[in-house]
Amino acid sequence: MASPLADGRTKPGISPEAMKKKAAEKGAFNPAHLTLARRQRKSYTIRLWSVRHSRFLEWFYSHFANTFLALHPVWKAVGYNRAEKPVTFVERGVKGLLFDCRMCGQCVLSSTGMSCPMNCPKQLRNGPCGGVRANGNCEVEPDMPCVWVQAWNGSRRMNKRDAILDVQKPVDQSLRETSSWLRVTALAAAAREEANRS
Amino acid sequence: MTSKSGNRPPQSDENPLGIDLPLDPLPGHSSLGRLERVLRRGEFAVTAELNPPDSANAADVFERAAVFDGWVDAINAVDASGANAHMSSVGICALLTRMGYAPVMQISCRDRNRIAIQGDVLGAAAMGVANILCLTGDGVQAGDQPGAKPVFDLDSMSLLETIRTMRDDGKFLSGRKLTSSPSVFLGAAINPFAPPFDFRPHRLAKKIEAGAQFVQSQYCFDVPMFAEYMKRVRDMGLHEKCYIMCGVGPLASAKTARWIRSNVPGIHIPDHVIKRLEGAENQKAEGKRICVDIINEVKEIEGVSGIHVMAYRQEEYVAEIVSESDALKGRKPWKREMRADDRMVAERFEDMLSAENGQTPQEIVEGRTG
Repeated sequence: MASPLADGRTKPGISPEAMKKKAAEKGAFNPAHLTLARRQRKSYTIRLWSVRHSRFLEWFYSHFANTFLALHPVWKAVGYNRAEKPVTFVERGVKGLLFDCRMCGQCVLSSTGMSCPMNCPKQLRNGPCGGVRANGNCEVEPDMPCVWVQAWNGSRRMNKRDAILDVQKPVDQSLRETSSWLRVTALAAAAREEANRS
Repeated sequence: MTSKSGNRPPQSDENPLGIDLPLDPLPGHSSLGRLERVLRRGEFAVTAELNPPDSANAADVFERAAVFDGWVDAINAVDASGANAHMSSVGICALLTRMGYAPVMQISCRDRNRIAIQGDVLGAAAMGVANILCLTGDGVQAGDQPGAKPVFDLDSMSLLETIRTMRDDGKFLSGRKLTSSPSVFLGAAINPFAPPFDFRPHRLAKKIEAGAQFVQSQYCFDVPMFAEYMKRVRDMGLHEKCYIMCGVGPLASAKTARWIRSNVPGIHIPDHVIKRLEGAENQKAEGKRICVDIINEVKEIEGVSGIHVMAYRQEEYVAEIVSESDALKGRKPWKREMRADDRMVAERFEDMLSAENGQTPQEIVEGRTG
């Protein structure tokens, strides 16, 4: 392997400027404020990892949701409202890292191949739009892989692979910045109690 | 009551009491419009896209619509296409319905939230709009005002579902009741030419489930790719649940084609089309011929119910394209014609105003009546 040159190049002759020029010739997106080096530095590595491991995450989440449901008495004792703030804090951190979560408060990751649809610049819940580039990137942010192309790939690996075919309701903006985990748990607990009573 | 159409020969798909009035309801039809009738009769439909004026003058709209007169079944009124501000689609539709045309009102989710959109649907239906095309819309970055706030409160799918609920259940999204529901024929857009290709037919199925009754496709320049898509659509039986119209349009030159290919996402132009354009002496004429050839191939594909001609800034060619490709198969769509008495008055005015006979208007009147 060639030793890196002083300015970080691996091969002499292909400087960042030359690469940029080459990209410009091909008509690729090349805004003035984003140099090639900066573009390459911005990465979607973790988000794409989550999509590649959608099946594992699906399995993990089902166990996690059961645990959360088992903790229902705890949430009830603490009070769902009081638990909201710390749980939201943790949820935002964990899902923010794994999925670049935007805290819409009504998570559909299980139906979208573990690719968060709120990262789509059009926030499509029923994507993909018709503007997907030939290389599978977004029309609005040409360096970002299309969230919905990833969603389709991720859903192909999951057990509930046809959940992506369901028509999703529009986002309820009043649930923004709330914990989806607690809401799902509360709903599941209510449904369970309802079933026990009848 | 006197018939508003006068002595004019009656045309099919027209209300005898006035061209601007809705048609009689037919069983199984969800709208009172012309496009749905044409499609349901199994005829090959033709629609075209009107280039919205940047003006506040109704005459501009009428002038642009007159180009299509007698060649198309419906006219699409675009909603700030490419995120550039133009005359609104509601406004254009209101003007077109007054003149008896059948507009397809496009609604994009980029600029308005669910409250505004539901209001617009009611307003449009009240003005006689019978067809609504639900779109997500381009991002604001595509237009000349990238600083605008993108709304995207609904997406094309939830928009379809919202309007279908308003029509079939007579309810707003909130559940509040409507006293009279909008009778509209619901459309959507498809793009078979963008990845993920496996998902595209499923997405059409989703749109049908959400309420789409007809779909118009993105520009088709790659017929084999479209045929492949249609094959999968037929395998899923979707062509029986929805009318599929293929989007076509002439390319002005090889240079334009290249520019579109690298700057407009979602439009796929294969190399051989550009080569054919380059090799031609008159590129504009060749672009038109390519379009006609594509229509001829597309109309033979099973499950294609019509074409949607998008001749941006070449609208005057739509009539030629439709006639040369014989897309209408000899059929004559509704045409705006003057009433017989109006025509007589117009002819007399021509006579009076032309200086050739050298007579004053008074002399003409006296001479004719005397």
